[in-house]
Amino acid sequence: MSKIGTDRVKRGMAEMQKGGVIMDVVNAEQAKIAEEAGAVAVMALERVPSDIRAAGGVARMADPTIVEEVMNAVSIPVMAKARIGHIVEARVLEAMGVDYIDESEVLTPADEVYHLNKRDYTVPFVCGCRNLGEAARRIGEGTSMLRTKGEPGTGNIVEAVRHIREVNAQVRKLVNMNEDEVMTYAKELGAPYEVLLEIKENGRLPVVNFAAGGVATPADAALMMQLGADGVFVGSGIFKSDNPANFARAIVEATTHYEDYDLIAKVSKGIGTAMKGLEISTIAPEERMQDRGW
Amino acid sequence: MVKIGVLGLQGAIREHIRSVEAAGAEGIIIKYKEQLADIDGLIIPGGESTTMRRLIDKYDFFEALVDFGKQGNPIFGTCAGLILLANDIAGQDDAHLSLMDMKVERNAFGRQRESFEAEVDIKGVADHFEAVFIRAPYIIEVGSEVEVLATYQDKIIAAKQDHYLCSAFHPELTDDHRLTEYFVKMVEK
Repeated sequence: MSKIGTDRVKRGMAEMQKGGVIMDVVNAEQAKIAEEAGAVAVMALERVPSDIRAAGGVARMADPTIVEEVMNAVSIPVMAKARIGHIVEARVLEAMGVDYIDESEVLTPADEVYHLNKRDYTVPFVCGCRNLGEAARRIGEGTSMLRTKGEPGTGNIVEAVRHIREVNAQVRKLVNMNEDEVMTYAKELGAPYEVLLEIKENGRLPVVNFAAGGVATPADAALMMQLGADGVFVGSGIFKSDNPANFARAIVEATTHYEDYDLIAKVSKGIGTAMKGLEISTIAPEERMQDRGW
Repeated sequence: MVKIGVLGLQGAIREHIRSVEAAGAEGIIIKYKEQLADIDGLIIPGGESTTMRRLIDKYDFFEALVDFGKQGNPIFGTCAGLILLANDIAGQDDAHLSLMDMKVERNAFGRQRESFEAEVDIKGVADHFEAVFIRAPYIIEVGSEVEVLATYQDKIIAAKQDHYLCSAFHPELTDDHRLTEYFVKMVEK
């Protein structure tokens, strides 16, 4: 008697990724570079976030040909993005056998009211969050993994820092609260009460929380780990840098040894120029990806 | 109290430490090879075996881990850890630490959507053990020195060879600590 798609199996998959780096790739060649550099998984995309930002228009699920090409190229897990609320994109990715689906604000939302009911699926999901309210709502919907939203495609870490600090500060506040205060806190956050109670009882989120949205250098990755991230997603930061293989290896090492500053200095030497970053205040409000999601 | 290290390069490290402590031993995260001198036994956790191997090489852990085992110190590998212990990996020319005489297949039960949990019996260790399999490998064949401890649908999913123990599933993801307790007893001997 075996059971598939249980919380333990779905959340457990994300536990195995801890301390690792998940890299955005757009073809088999990049996927192999990522695997060789020590990535724990790859995210198969049609375009990395900075190119999505530059291209404008509607960003959708990647062409299944690309996803399949990446799945055939590597033995590490392959993730792919579906639009927020796009039931069919998610089902198609599940049918193809991708290992994790990112219900992602990087793509143009398909539903401006509802997220996917992720409990319905056998494949696990990762979702973005900026605060405990978003985190708890996504957990309530059945996500098996969280990540900060940051501001994707900017190479600017400031938003990811804001988001991980906010989530962790709110978790601390919740854990130290009297139980009779939790219902009102749930109301303030727009968070499911039962999820908050579980977090309070265990002293932490029930799923792993990775950093994402702006990681561009080994030091950025180590910073997010120090702030309590369980691992790191790097989107544009690797394949928009001068030397992707070098950047990929250096970011993996800095993530493993995030408190070893001699090592981070060593791996950061001579790896070439990081991606060009974007100052957040220069992004028009309607182009901010982190405001997508409800 | 015996000291059990958990190789801390990547993967489910915190869960193993929790399980080791629940089994009555002291758990220590091992990030540098020099720390191996301070422990009595080692757990190689689940995670991504290719990632762990890269980091093992990068930090010069390889020889140190092989020596640690060959000196008679117990090692327990779960999932990716099992792959690292094997001396033969299907479809690959090279194996990793090659401390156990067995041939293994990676992701043998399928991709994540095929991942599952099931109740298994582990010979001499635990009956009705809740085993969680995540993109799990299994053991295709074992040498004469290796004792098979558990099978699932005729596939070998746990084995022991002298002071080496391995499982294809993740004992650290449940509150059933009997397999970890068994390993702690191996270390105490």
